[in-house]
Formats: sequence, structure tokens, C-alpha cells
Amino acid sequence: MIGQDFQRLDGPAKVTGQARYLDDIPIANCWYGVTIRSSVPHAKLIGIDRDPDFDWSNITFVTADDIPGENCVFLNTPDQPVLVKDEIRHVAEPVALLAAPSRELALEARKHVTLRYEECEALLDFEQSKGNQIKIFGDNNVFAKAEIRHGDIDAAFANAECIIEGDYYTSHQEQLYLEPQGICAKPREDGGITIFGSMQCPYYIQNALGRILGHERFNVVQTTTGGAFGGKEEYPSILSAHAALLCMKSGQTVKMIYRRDEDLLATTKRHPCKAHYKTAVDPKTGKLLAIDVSLLFDAGAYNTLSPVVNSRGVLHAAGPYYCPNVHIIGEMVATHTPPNGAFRGFGAPQSLFAIERHLDRIARELHFDPIELRNINLFHQGQETPTGQVLKAPLAEAVWKSALDFAAEHPKDSDDFDCNADDTPRRLARGRGMVVGWHGAGFTGNGESIFKAKSDVELNGRDVYIFTGSIDMGQGLDSVFPAIVADTLGLPIERVHMGPHDTAQVPNSGPTAASRSTMVVGAVVKKAAENLIEALKAEIGASDGETFAQMVDRRQNTAPLRVRAQYPGDSAVWDRDLYRGDAYPDYAWISVLVDLDVDLDTGEILFRRLFQSADAGVCLNPQSVRGQFEGGALQALGWSHSEHVIVGQNGAMRNNHLTDYIIPTSLDAPDMSVDLKNIPFESGPFGAKGMGEMPHDCPAAAVAQAIEDATGIVLDELPMNPEAIVAKLLARSEKE
Amino acid sequence: MRIQFELNGQPVEIDQPPMARLVDVLRIELGLTGTKEGCGEGECGACTVLMNGEAVNSCLLPICQVQGASITTIEGLGQMADHPMQKSFLEHGAVQCGFCTPGLILSSTAFLKENPNPTRAEIRRALAGNLCRCTGYQKIINAVYDEAFAKGEEK
Repeated sequence: MIGQDFQRLDGPAKVTGQARYLDDIPIANCWYGVTIRSSVPHAKLIGIDRDPDFDWSNITFVTADDIPGENCVFLNTPDQPVLVKDEIRHVAEPVALLAAPSRELALEARKHVTLRYEECEALLDFEQSKGNQIKIFGDNNVFAKAEIRHGDIDAAFANAECIIEGDYYTSHQEQLYLEPQGICAKPREDGGITIFGSMQCPYYIQNALGRILGHERFNVVQTTTGGAFGGKEEYPSILSAHAALLCMKSGQTVKMIYRRDEDLLATTKRHPCKAHYKTAVDPKTGKLLAIDVSLLFDAGAYNTLSPVVNSRGVLHAAGPYYCPNVHIIGEMVATHTPPNGAFRGFGAPQSLFAIERHLDRIARELHFDPIELRNINLFHQGQETPTGQVLKAPLAEAVWKSALDFAAEHPKDSDDFDCNADDTPRRLARGRGMVVGWHGAGFTGNGESIFKAKSDVELNGRDVYIFTGSIDMGQGLDSVFPAIVADTLGLPIERVHMGPHDTAQVPNSGPTAASRSTMVVGAVVKKAAENLIEALKAEIGASDGETFAQMVDRRQNTAPLRVRAQYPGDSAVWDRDLYRGDAYPDYAWISVLVDLDVDLDTGEILFRRLFQSADAGVCLNPQSVRGQFEGGALQALGWSHSEHVIVGQNGAMRNNHLTDYIIPTSLDAPDMSVDLKNIPFESGPFGAKGMGEMPHDCPAAAVAQAIEDATGIVLDELPMNPEAIVAKLLARSEKE
Repeated sequence: MRIQFELNGQPVEIDQPPMARLVDVLRIELGLTGTKEGCGEGECGACTVLMNGEAVNSCLLPICQVQGASITTIEGLGQMADHPMQKSFLEHGAVQCGFCTPGLILSSTAFLKENPNPTRAEIRRALAGNLCRCTGYQKIINAVYDEAFAKGEEK
């Protein structure tokens, strides 16, 4: 089964409408919870007024004073409150909650609550944040800083014949999972609470709630999750706390599901990033001699996962290119805006857009072909990355060669693709972009070896059940884990099942994040299956040549046999203070080719064709892996062109509706093809490597290069929407 | 008001305020939760159902307009995943998180009834009202195209 295309196990339930997402689960006597949010970015909260003429008898009302434990959603630092007590730090910040027996009544009651505040000066521009007299976090508003030093950049710049500098900007992006955020809290018989809903990381919630509720009598259960992309990594913790507080005070089951406008307004987005690149280049050979990078990320008002996003941005910022002298510094700063957070790629798409655009700038200024410049500088096997990690395999070359071959076979003017056939007469210009990228999967450095993810496998009757804290949000984990176990045990997949994703029953396998689930947790699940074979042998006595299925048939004992495994560790050696060593267990590699037409009158981009060649180790279910590459690439094309989070004067997203936040439709998508290298990765289960985020890393830069190829227009900022393109076209024609 | 209509081949009679949204009636009153709500403003298509064979957004449809109509939801297409379009989506890996899937399957089914021999470009146009954030649409378009082709062979 492993290594072959196979149908996902949750498919039949999903195509028949039987899969139960949170709002589909029938719950008797369910109350509805809603949130009262701030409408200003920075203020002193003076009071929360409830209309005395409204009937509050059937409403449960919760403020910060109702929190039994700490008023803090703990993740990296204890800075984010569950509910505002004194100081409002961003628009749409939760201040109070209410629940009622019906959604209509809850929404009506919310209209009868007024927040009184004394407005303060807000700090909204992240470039003004560091050291600003308006303090949001610590002494200087810097949540996190990460720095890499490699070689001697001072000497390299001092001797440089040619120095090229550039600035690049990447914007917010909304994950836009189709199922909005939702959590339900239900009283347990023992006085505790069961939290269930749409989430990526049940144990994040488990770890955050204890401090807030002041007790540990709760469990967290993931329900079928309709997309997440990072958006349901940290946010469900605060939503769970809200639902739990309403549940505790009312004694009722309370469901909170955001409408789309509230979801877009209040929840996390991709961090905007300003990047400055300064490089020393040999003008004759095109070789990179020194790279000096500074990245500045907008974290929003609270820290959340921002330090890790910053770190990943820094670690990828020099791109898949060899350079002997590198300095990279990244800083994550605070603003009075809703916190930004996890989103597929987690900092890497930001810095990879910048390095790829910078390479194109070098090519432009030194009259190199952009492809040739990449040929010259691309990593080779045995070379060192900026952290000193030695690359073990010639994989950058392999994926890049595939893109070159594809380009040769399919000239950009050929129309051998299937995409939207637009009959509108247009003045079009065709362009092609080709870029290359890398993505480290798993926790940074030796983080996985320290964390030691755990999972269980249980023989129960004739079937085997998998217990893990990792979840399926659409990427297919609930199919690939059973396939791993079935192949390891030699059982048909019909006899292998996922156990409930319930923290009361599963050990902590870490967050479903960082492209780590198949590569790291998959290895743990495989080890657990191997341990099960040993445990069964030990129980009933081994006989030669007997299969696991035969042993199961021979077993008399009917008690469930459950075993645990933990991540055995990998060879990564990492100095987290100096940022030296193996930044990840390994990198995965990708090249992207995009063909597009630019409408020279409207500035629209018509995506025609997108080719990706990727090293993702051995693909356990190639069809599913292709689906990740195709979906991730289109999400990145949306970021590059149509998805524009418009931030208003108060720091709020103004276009918080699907009518004006434009994600790609089937008409916008290019014809996509994916070339998978299938080269085994030694530490991954059956040779698999993490890949879920990598598809988001490169397409935006490829689009920018293709626009330049088509029109000569240089765009170094996202989104490269029709307005931006037309403005450049007009500016050029005025000059002429 | 009293509303009578046909739902998945069965007559239904219910008492609802005339402006109640069809999506709420289906999901809350009738327990048919295969129809999803993704945006509530007719942009995402997750709430797509068939009305007299045509794909409509049930979040935009007041129940009074359903009087006398025939409505098909994903539950009416086949509970055994044996409808050809359901099978084609499964075979092609056109399902990921699945939230858009019922709507896309219904839109695709209605479209192929109208246009049994479509080009890929026509499929793209027909499905433009159904957003999917997971797949990039490639496998969905393949699923619909191959299903049309398979049907064509049977004829």
C-alpha cells in the first residue's frame, strides 16, 4: 500500500455528507456563545455596560473577573489575556462573552452590551515599533530576535567589487480554511469539561486550559476539521478557553462558531515581512560572495508562535544557494493589531520570496539570465548551509534539473495546457518564472529529539487502533497512519483504525504543524507497530515465520494489548544560542515553473501552467502528496496576486468577507503538474520526508519573475494585484 | 408559513418563517448536515444544493421560494458513496478536508447533466462558484472530466 496511490479512508464519509464537522454534531440543549470585542486598537477599559432594559435572566455573561485561574493563554510567553481586564491592545480583542439558549438570543444580547474605554495612541506601523515610546511588549517591543553568522561578511564586503541591495515586502494572508473556527465545551459528570471542535493541536489546548481553569478535569477532542493551514494551530486555545468559561458559569453545553466575518476579523494571519538584502557578487562569474539580510516581521499585539516563525524565516533567508559569508538577522515586533500566527510555511514563504526576488535583481543589474544565475549558485551536495549544516544529497540540483527539462519540453509560448479558456479579446503578454526553494521539516535543530513525540498502537480483538495527538485537517493523516501500521504489521488496512483524537486517550505527539506529522510522528507510529509485534510475540511466544495476523488468530487473551513508542531521535546536532549546526533533521527541495499571461490593460494575471518538481523523500501516498503540492501552490498564487488583506486605520481587516477577500477559484487556477523524486530519507518512515508547507514557499517569487519576463515590470511587494501592475504600467507609459 | 416541497425524492411539509434560509431549514430543522455553511453570503458554494436540478446557494435562498420545488442535497445523491460522481472524486483524490466536497459534487453533477461532453475549460467555468482551499482544483477537474468521459463511453 505504502508508496502507491490509495483512497483516503475518510473519503466515503466526506463525499456522502456523513462526515460530522463541529456544527454538524447534534447536541441536545446546546447553548450558543458569542464574543464581545473591542472596536479600537489601544485603550484603557473603563467599563462593560449591560443595557438595564434588556432581559438578562436567561443569559450567562463572562468577563475577566470570572476566570478562576490565570488570565493568560500560555504559549511562549504569558502576555495574551483570555479576556481583556484593563488594557485593550488590538481591535477585535475579546473583552467579554455571553451565552444563551439560542443563537438568535445570544446575538441579540450582544447588541445590548457597550464597552466604555479611554482611547490611547496606537502603534500600528510595524516599521515604527522597535524602540517606540508606545510600549506593547518588554522594553523595546521586540518579541523575538534570531541571528546567524557564517564566514566573515565584513571582509567580504570590504573586498567586494560589486554590492547589490534591495528591499522586499510580503503581506498578510488569511488561511481561509472553509470550515470557520469553532469549539464546543460540554460539562462532564465529574464536574470537568470536554472541549471538542475544529483544531490542529489538541495538546496546545490541553496545556493552556489548566492554568486558565485552575483545574485539570478536562479533555480535548478534535472533530473532523475542515481545513486549517496553520490557522487552527494556536487560535483554538483562546476559543476553547472562552467556551469553557461560558460552560463553567452556565452549567450548559456551549458552542461557539465564528461567522466568516468574525473569523477574518479576529483570527491569526500570515505575518507581514519587510526584508532588506545586501549582497556581494562577483560580477564576472555571478557567484554570491556575501549575503547580509535583515528581516522584520509584524507579530501583532501578542507573541503567540511568532518567535518560531521568526526563526524559520531566518533559517531559510539565504535560500537554496551556496554562499561562504552570511549574516541574517530577524526580528519580530509588536503592533496594536490582531496577532499574526501560524500559516503554512511559517516564515519561510516570506524570506524565500525576498531571496528569489533579490537573485532576479542581481541578474538584472549584472545582465545575467535569472536561470543561469541560479545554475551558478545553487547548493551542491557536500556544501555547507549558513548554519554549517552539510548537505548530504544532490537534491537541489535534482529538482532544478527537472524544471529545466520541463521548460525545454514546454516552451512558454506553447499552449499545451488546460486552463481557463477566456474568450475575451485582451492584449496579453506571456511570461515564465522559474525559481527554486528549500524547506526544513520538523522542529528546529534537535527539537524533535528533545521533545520525543509519543504515540500508541493497540490490538483490540482482531483489529489494531492508533492513538496519537496528531490530527487530520484534510492533509490525509488519518489515512497515512493506518497505511503505515497496516504495512508494518502486514495487515489489510480494513483492520487498522484511528482511535479517537481525545487527549484523555492519546499521548502527546506534538502539534500538527511544521510538516512534521508524517516524517516524525509517522516514524513513531511505525515504531509503535513494531513494538506491538514484539509485545505480542512476548505474550504468546514467537514461532518462526509466523505473521502478525497469524499470531493474532492464535491469541487466546481478549484483553486489549497496547504499546507505546516515542521518537527515537535523529542525528541533528544544534546549538540554539549560536544558531549553528543542523537546523533541521533535513531539508526538502522544490523547483517551480509558472507560465502566465498579463493583461496589459487591466493588470489581471491569467495563470496558465504551474510545474513543481519536489524532493519529499518517499511519498507514502503519491496522490495525496500531489494534492498537497497542487493545493499549496494555488494558495501561494492567491497570496501573490488576488488576496489582499486591507488594513484600516484602526488596524482591522476591512475586507473581512469572501466577497472582497478574493481566493482563487477553478477559473484562476493554472494547469498543474507535479514531479516527485521519491528518494528515501533515512530517518523518515519508509523514507518519507515532511512536505506539507513547502508548496507555499516558491510560487509567489515565480509569479514576480514571470510578470517581469512578460512586461519588464519589476514588483518586489505583495500582493502583485491588478492595481499594482496597472500602476507600474501607467508609470512606464507616462515616462515614455 | 406552510411550505411543501420535494426533498431527495420525498414530499416534505414544514412550517417556517418565509425568510428562513434553506440552509438552516435543511441543517437545523431537517438534520441534513451534509450541506455546509462556509460564508453565508453566496461566495463559497459549500451550501450548494440542487433546486429543480440546478445548483443554487442554499444560504441565499429563502424557504418561501422553495415552495413546490424539488431539492436534492448530498444525502439524496447516495449514502453508500456509490454515485458515479462520488466515486470519481474518491478515485481521483479530489477530497481533502471535505468541507467543500458536497457542494462541488452537486455542482458537478448538475453541470454534467446539462453538458455531458464538456471541455476542461467548461468544467472550470461551471465550478467557479464553489471554493476549495485544499486541492488547487486540479484533481476535482480531473474527476469531473473523467466522469464525463466514462459516462460518454457507456452511452
